[in-house]
Amino acid sequence: MVLVLGLETSCDETAAAVVADGREILSNVVASQIELHRRYGGVFPEIASRQHILDIVPVIEEALAQAKVGWDSLDALAVTAGPGLVGSLLVGVNVAKGIAWARGLPLIGVNHLEAHLYANWLIPPNDTRHAVQKEQIPPPQFPLICLIVSGGHSDLVLMTGHGQYRVLGRTLDDAAGEAFDKVARLLGLGYPGGPAIQAAAENGNPCRFSLPRAMLERGYDFSFSGLKTAVLRIVQRYASGGKERGQARYRLFSSPTASAQRQLPLADLAASFQAAVVDVLVKKTKRAAEEFQVKEVLLAGGVASNKLLRQRMSAQINVPVRYPPPILCTDNAAMVAAAGYFKHMAGERSSWDLDVRPGMALK
Amino acid sequence: MAPIVTGRSLDFISHSVAQTQRIGERLGRLLQGGDLICLEGELGTGKTCLVQGIGRGLGIASAIASPTFIIASEYPVPNHRYKFYHIDLYRIETVAEARAAGLEDYFYGDGICVIEWAERVRELLPEERLWITLHYIGDTKRALLFKPQGKRYEELLQRFRAKAFGSQ
Repeated sequence: MVLVLGLETSCDETAAAVVADGREILSNVVASQIELHRRYGGVFPEIASRQHILDIVPVIEEALAQAKVGWDSLDALAVTAGPGLVGSLLVGVNVAKGIAWARGLPLIGVNHLEAHLYANWLIPPNDTRHAVQKEQIPPPQFPLICLIVSGGHSDLVLMTGHGQYRVLGRTLDDAAGEAFDKVARLLGLGYPGGPAIQAAAENGNPCRFSLPRAMLERGYDFSFSGLKTAVLRIVQRYASGGKERGQARYRLFSSPTASAQRQLPLADLAASFQAAVVDVLVKKTKRAAEEFQVKEVLLAGGVASNKLLRQRMSAQINVPVRYPPPILCTDNAAMVAAAGYFKHMAGERSSWDLDVRPGMALK
Repeated sequence: MAPIVTGRSLDFISHSVAQTQRIGERLGRLLQGGDLICLEGELGTGKTCLVQGIGRGLGIASAIASPTFIIASEYPVPNHRYKFYHIDLYRIETVAEARAAGLEDYFYGDGICVIEWAERVRELLPEERLWITLHYIGDTKRALLFKPQGKRYEELLQRFRAKAFGSQ
């Protein structure tokens, strides 16, 4: 059994996990900073890195204790090196270097996007639904298409083997999760936007508002900026009491007033927005799955928790669609350990001059 | 559509995303290390779009996407030692927060810095800068008002006006 300790501090979660053989989660500890960042409507970098410094050591100790393993049982240490916030990444990478040096462990720098993708190799914890042994859940089969959708990313990736990636498309402006966060703020729904919009859309009519779907026909890139703007115009129209748009043209809009919210068909607008995002993501993923004749489609990243996205993908794509449980979709260290395991088995090592790469791309 | 031009500022109406990007590209070609461009305008008025054009004008090949999530993105500028910084203060609401995030280093650095939602940190900014205000006019129309502050930016705007619209 090969045990990898994973560390993740790329954004607002301080996380450590121990994973066996790249698939079995022995522990998965996450100290969430969501409450801290709620007032900013997103992650505030300086606060995030300070909090990582406070949390990282207790989180690692907790991960080892829960896994019931000592330092001597570990085979490798994997850490997110990018992409992410520079100050946050630095905490994880330097702690990892210190531990790896002191314990004589191989150090493996992992790309955060790659880690999200490898969340699909993890055996879902407490999977009582099937009550099966881990051997009975086969790992993903290559070639596959993976859609990585989160607050900072919207990447469509073709994967032909471990460590073999080709990015088919990515967002040209706003990430899918960013669009959810911005629209949630416009609608006065709070942060994080994904779950808030999903909840608000529950009984809404997704056909009430006709919103743009930027298909960018020629390729697999995404664009969600126009959709966000379209929602803003609708909110403004309601805020101005249905007056002609011209009268509201220079009005600065910050947050909807109580009266505007009363008139605004919130559920219908949230549902229409969600449907537009999901539509584009599903259509492009389906087209890629067909063009490259893949065996499986994987979803990854925080937005992969969205129920409508999961339903539509599974319903409209002809090959099996796999997605991690929500707890493994958001940032966690088990996925970092899983990605690190496959690199470790391939003999990949990072040197002691491993540096953080805030803008790191998937290669 | 002739631009409305006064001695010290320039007012322009863009009719499409592509046109906003082209305007940005023309401006980008004239920028040099140390320049500061401040953008003010609501969501959806084309700020990121203009920045994409500026990046293209600087010869930056990689795609410029919204930096909202990470607040500041940096890109190497081909053939120059300075960098291009794209800063988005959407999630930063006060001067104290911007200070805590260490953003002043970008504003006063030797790179080219473009700031979205710059009005939120007005008092932290250098006196000399090019201020661009974007307004929504119609579904595909946006008004762009360019206001230079300081000699460098007055000259920059004059050159930009000549390049983009021909001389008066």
